[in-house]
Amino acid sequence: MWSLVIQLLVLLVFPPLLVGLINCTKAVFAGRQGPPLLQPYYELWRLLHKGTVQSTTTTWLFRAGPVVALVTTSLAGLIIPLVQPEVYVSFPGDIILFVYLLALGRFALVLSSLDTGSPFEGMGVAREVTFACLAEPAMFMGLLALVKVSQSLEMVDLLTGKHAATWTVNGAPLLMIISSWFLLMLADSCRIPFDDPNTHLELTMVHEVIILDHSGPMLAMLHVAAAQKLFIPAAMLARLAITRDLGGGWIEGLVFLAVVLAVAVLVGIVESVLARLRMPVVPRVLTAAGVIAAFGLILQVTLP
Amino acid sequence: MSSDVSQLPRLKNGEACSLAAVPRLSFDDFRKCIVAQAVGPVRLASFFGQPRDDGGVRLYAVLADNNEGVLLPVSTDLFDDKYPSLTTDCPQAHNFERELAEQWGLVPEGHPWLKPLRYHPSYRHGHDAWGRLPADRILPAVTDYFRVSGAEIHEVAVGPVHAGVIEPGSFRFQCHGEHVFHLEVQLGYQHRGVERALIGGPNKRTLHYIETLAGDTSIGHATAYCQAVEGLAEVTPSPRAQSIRAIALELERLACHTGDLGALADDVGFLPTANFCGRLRGDFLNATGTICGNRFGRSLVRPGGVTFDITAEMATTLTTRLKAALRDVGGAAQLLWDSLSVRARFENTGAVSSEDAEALGIVGVALRATGIERDVRQNFPTGAYSRAAMPVATWPTGDVFARAYVRWLEIENSGEFVLDQLHTLPSGSCRTEVGSLAADSFVASLAEGWRGPVCHVAITDAAGKFARYKVVDPSFQNWTGLMLALRDQQISDFPLCNKSFNLSYCGHDL
Repeated sequence: MWSLVIQLLVLLVFPPLLVGLINCTKAVFAGRQGPPLLQPYYELWRLLHKGTVQSTTTTWLFRAGPVVALVTTSLAGLIIPLVQPEVYVSFPGDIILFVYLLALGRFALVLSSLDTGSPFEGMGVAREVTFACLAEPAMFMGLLALVKVSQSLEMVDLLTGKHAATWTVNGAPLLMIISSWFLLMLADSCRIPFDDPNTHLELTMVHEVIILDHSGPMLAMLHVAAAQKLFIPAAMLARLAITRDLGGGWIEGLVFLAVVLAVAVLVGIVESVLARLRMPVVPRVLTAAGVIAAFGLILQVTLP
Repeated sequence: MSSDVSQLPRLKNGEACSLAAVPRLSFDDFRKCIVAQAVGPVRLASFFGQPRDDGGVRLYAVLADNNEGVLLPVSTDLFDDKYPSLTTDCPQAHNFERELAEQWGLVPEGHPWLKPLRYHPSYRHGHDAWGRLPADRILPAVTDYFRVSGAEIHEVAVGPVHAGVIEPGSFRFQCHGEHVFHLEVQLGYQHRGVERALIGGPNKRTLHYIETLAGDTSIGHATAYCQAVEGLAEVTPSPRAQSIRAIALELERLACHTGDLGALADDVGFLPTANFCGRLRGDFLNATGTICGNRFGRSLVRPGGVTFDITAEMATTLTTRLKAALRDVGGAAQLLWDSLSVRARFENTGAVSSEDAEALGIVGVALRATGIERDVRQNFPTGAYSRAAMPVATWPTGDVFARAYVRWLEIENSGEFVLDQLHTLPSGSCRTEVGSLAADSFVASLAEGWRGPVCHVAITDAAGKFARYKVVDPSFQNWTGLMLALRDQQISDFPLCNKSFNLSYCGHDL
């Protein structure tokens, strides 16, 4: 029971810190003072104390979107081993549940956005859905390769321990999966080079334009869900990167969190040195991510 | 008199002539003259109307011959409320004719896209080009738009209120998915009626109106205005004053171009240059602030010279600070050109061909970015520019990259020019007394603002007061360039294209 509570707490409280850390990294690169590390929390606090404004043309779909998005990403996070190498929800085939929980969240968010009838949001939705279609195969290719490594269909086995001993044998496919998933993480969490979380230009937005009409606590929920979409893949990458069996306990927890924060710093560095991709190029890069993962899978299958 | 151009008086930039010396042709000859002459390096710099006592309208046009460096004025009397449009044969007249239709109710027959520009009632009572009644409420951008129809076509309307603190303007995109077929820009929200307020001047308010025609081009507009007034009063400012004006004009250019490079970097999410340029723009503005106490150079340029001197001590400080700022801009810009991810966004985005740019009368940075060498500082040099040559920066590709790169080349040239001027500042007083203006006279004055040529034309009455004051800000011509640049582009590239032009709304709306 405690592990569930801890896991849920980590899922709800920790993710905004990654956003804060990315912003701090960007500020350091820019030679600016930048916002405080905890700024995303202040923002959430502010939003939670605000009222919401809703267009009279919207229906319950509009209000359901943020709730479903937050609940689905939180549930998906329960399948992933976070601070400890164990999870509360686990069964053979939960990898499918994981991917489609995230998809369900996206679906609810898209409906909620389309419910406003704004042309901007329609445009953002079209982009988000197109990118998601291309990201899904890449995700599955990576998962399949890991299934082959761990000989299990449970997410917890895919991401902990069992592959660690095999880094010397399966190093190449694992590296390919990590690089493919890193791209997916940037795309899914709407970071540069796929999207620009700081832009005020509606015509160039992807994620930001979808949530344009949400305000107050609903927007806070969406911000947390978006931060979770950064945290969950970062946690998966961290689990793949931690090669030694640390035996659980607080050392394992600290190492895990440090690696996740390192991933956030890496995202910050990428944002500091790269410009955004042109919109028509994004699908090609996502396809490339899928191809990398596919090669990882092929390599893994053909390995002795 | 025929339409032969050799008959027209040839005025230098800022040189006045008596109103009687401006040839008055029959309308047919007037039309023939403009259509025949306004090609290539001869540009239609200004084209406007002035009401006559008998209720009709007199049309004036100023042709700017960039090869010879002369301005050719020509006029005609119109006795009817309609005339055969010049746009059909001389496309660069298209916005001028829309303006004439809106201000004086003159219908250019055959104009391909006759819509109001600024949405105000006609200045001539009872004459409205669209048959609107005086009681009709005229609201900006409430009009028909160009439409593309089809099953999967959708229209995206942006503005007039935009994200970020910018001026209002309405944009309509006709899209097929992410692909833009057509963009139409409707402005007019900022219309203040400055041209009419200037009539009866110069008076205490005149310069304040001039300096706020386009707030970011204060020096450019003030310089063009002062040149015009000095031409009418037959005064030449001292070389020292001319140099200080040129320094201020170049500092304005440095600040705006640096800011634009930063903003372009910001639009593609490239943070290093965006952050640096934001700060460096401030350094250039502060340099102007050091000279006159105002960062945008308000109250610096005045008829007869300048109000503030640059002391030897100030010149030394400015030189040191500008050198440091220019070095840093160089670094920030180099980062932009060296980043492949940035080049990938800038190149081949929003390209305008030199033929289109020339035909539609695009001016300034946007024109030079299509490879055409045209710059008031070189073609119509006045003051300090006739003593120290200013190279013209061009780039042939016409895309966002070209518009950014021309800005960078101009930053280099301007930096060198300013440092040189600070080093060799002529001695003398800063201000010469300006007497009353010549009565019944005509003057056209050009100055290269940071966006492009600023054109002011003044006509004085019998008392030496302005009977008509016509302002053409480069934004007036260049908004068309933005519409053109968006053809067959991605809608997500609109902000980038827009920023690469960075046009003024109030400079257009006046």
